[in-house]
Amino acid sequence: MSSSVLGAVSSRTARERLVRAVVTAAGGVSILTTIGIVVVLVWESIGFFRRVSPVEFLTGTEWTPLFQPQHFGVLPLLAGSVLVAVIAALIAIPLGLGSAIYLSEYAPRQLRAVIKPTLEVLAGIPTVVYGYFALTFITPVLRHIIPGLGIFNALAAGIVVGVMVLPMIASLSEDAMFAVPRELRQGGYALGGTKFEVATRVVTPAALSGIVASFILAISRAIGETMAVVLAAGMTPNLTFDPRESIQTMTAYIVQVSLGDTPFGSIEYQSIFAVGLLLFMVTLAMNIFGRWFLKRYREEYA
Amino acid sequence: MTGEAHAAVEFQLSTPPDLVRRRRMGRIFELACLVTAAAGVVVLAVLLVDVIVDGAGWLNRTFFTRPPSRIPTRAGILPALAGTIWLMSLVALISFPLGVAAAVYLEEYAEKGWLQTIIQTNIANLAGVPSIVYGILGLAVFVRWMGGLTGGRSVLSGALTISLLILPVLIIAAQEAIRAVPNSIRDASYGLGATKWQTVRHHVLPNALPGILTGTILALSRAIGETAPLIMIGALTFIAFTPEGPRDAFTVLPIQIFNWVSRPQDDFRHLAAAAIIVLLVLLLSMNALAIWLRNRYEKEW
Repeated sequence: MSSSVLGAVSSRTARERLVRAVVTAAGGVSILTTIGIVVVLVWESIGFFRRVSPVEFLTGTEWTPLFQPQHFGVLPLLAGSVLVAVIAALIAIPLGLGSAIYLSEYAPRQLRAVIKPTLEVLAGIPTVVYGYFALTFITPVLRHIIPGLGIFNALAAGIVVGVMVLPMIASLSEDAMFAVPRELRQGGYALGGTKFEVATRVVTPAALSGIVASFILAISRAIGETMAVVLAAGMTPNLTFDPRESIQTMTAYIVQVSLGDTPFGSIEYQSIFAVGLLLFMVTLAMNIFGRWFLKRYREEYA
Repeated sequence: MTGEAHAAVEFQLSTPPDLVRRRRMGRIFELACLVTAAAGVVVLAVLLVDVIVDGAGWLNRTFFTRPPSRIPTRAGILPALAGTIWLMSLVALISFPLGVAAAVYLEEYAEKGWLQTIIQTNIANLAGVPSIVYGILGLAVFVRWMGGLTGGRSVLSGALTISLLILPVLIIAAQEAIRAVPNSIRDASYGLGATKWQTVRHHVLPNALPGILTGTILALSRAIGETAPLIMIGALTFIAFTPEGPRDAFTVLPIQIFNWVSRPQDDFRHLAAAAIIVLLVLLLSMNALAIWLRNRYEKEW
């Protein structure tokens, strides 16, 4: 071979190596992001837990970091997040599952062509817009029905978060039902089942792990929801399960602190990392659990 | 045995009263499912009507050309709109090359094995991390540690934070688009003596491009409404100027909306509704563009 051909080949090899290095680095960014999240949350939380004992943090029932005497018991915030998530689940699970069954088993093509994109749009509406909707529409309607209801309450926040996560349940559950093999449905019909019986006693149980996964992932999303809850539920850390009361969620507390001008390094500043760490661990655990369920059904009918 | 067989024959010959009841149950159930499926459509319609009724009257020249003001009739969204355009442009510049490169790595370069599994699982988990956690990350890393470089509470810090937030979605979409390119194309390219990168650059990426662009636009349409992470990194709620460079302070439409919604006076609520209309028009046009791209360039292999 002439030297110019050899030169071209070696520059080609060099370029191949360079490209491989660049794309590998890009792939590594996601790992760096995770490491960054964990290091930042743990690092600043260590500073926080030097001043507040983890036991007091996890078992304390009072959260008053922004005025004296300061208390750092996270239970009111945790209860707030759980309350909103429970209300959201009560709204989103029946509506989402019903939509999924309708789309997968009954919907004529024209209706499907309307409902599916609508749910996609619903899923894409920014959360601050849902907050506006809760505050200016849902709460006033609720106040007509429930006398004495305050402007900020967990109920309106829960309802609007339920609407937000509904599309997620509908689409993941529908995917799971779609994956149920036709033979199972036909077996159901062959045994004399009506469409209703096949849908509820064959398809739904067969898709159950995917459906449960959609519930878990949606509830995790509801716990991480921020702006709608900030606007609709208020800023009152409150250890209660009464949906009519104003509460504060973990996410809303983090926003509240960053809206004020808290100096870096102060205990208030560090507290958002401790709350963030708790939020991160709760949602991560639910996501891992949920995706484990998803994998199960995908393996079953692959 | 004979009794059961006899019953089965009878079942076929006459419709048993039981079946009438079961079919009625089925119709009730179908109707109930239809109602739940329609609920989403109704809620979206109510939301849109609510916003349009409240805000449409406020969409005038002043609204688009002026900064926010204490006097509602003189308030506008100019800095917020400019901030959103700045932010989205930077996010696109940062996240698109990074996301596509990561997807190329995972689909074309990574050997099947533990490393690829870890990265893939990691990306799926990152997609589920609440957006406010990315805000905490951005606050600590881009605003504080790298503040000298990014300018602190700047549009660049915001763009880096939001880029990390949408990367998982973008990577997954780009991976799907790359995977949809059939192997025969790659084999033909290798057969002609092309290297891996030549194959990826001249054959895989051009064919996957419409899918990648669709995914990118959808990811950006998610980013345009992000509020909480930007509040975390300190995108100011009150700002009367437009950013001149990536290291300048900024605000965005969703934060302006949040600021106006939080006020008790009705007029500010109307301003918020008007700003929501602008935000939704931007967002829905991006979605429409993505759908158009998908339909226009989608290939059947």
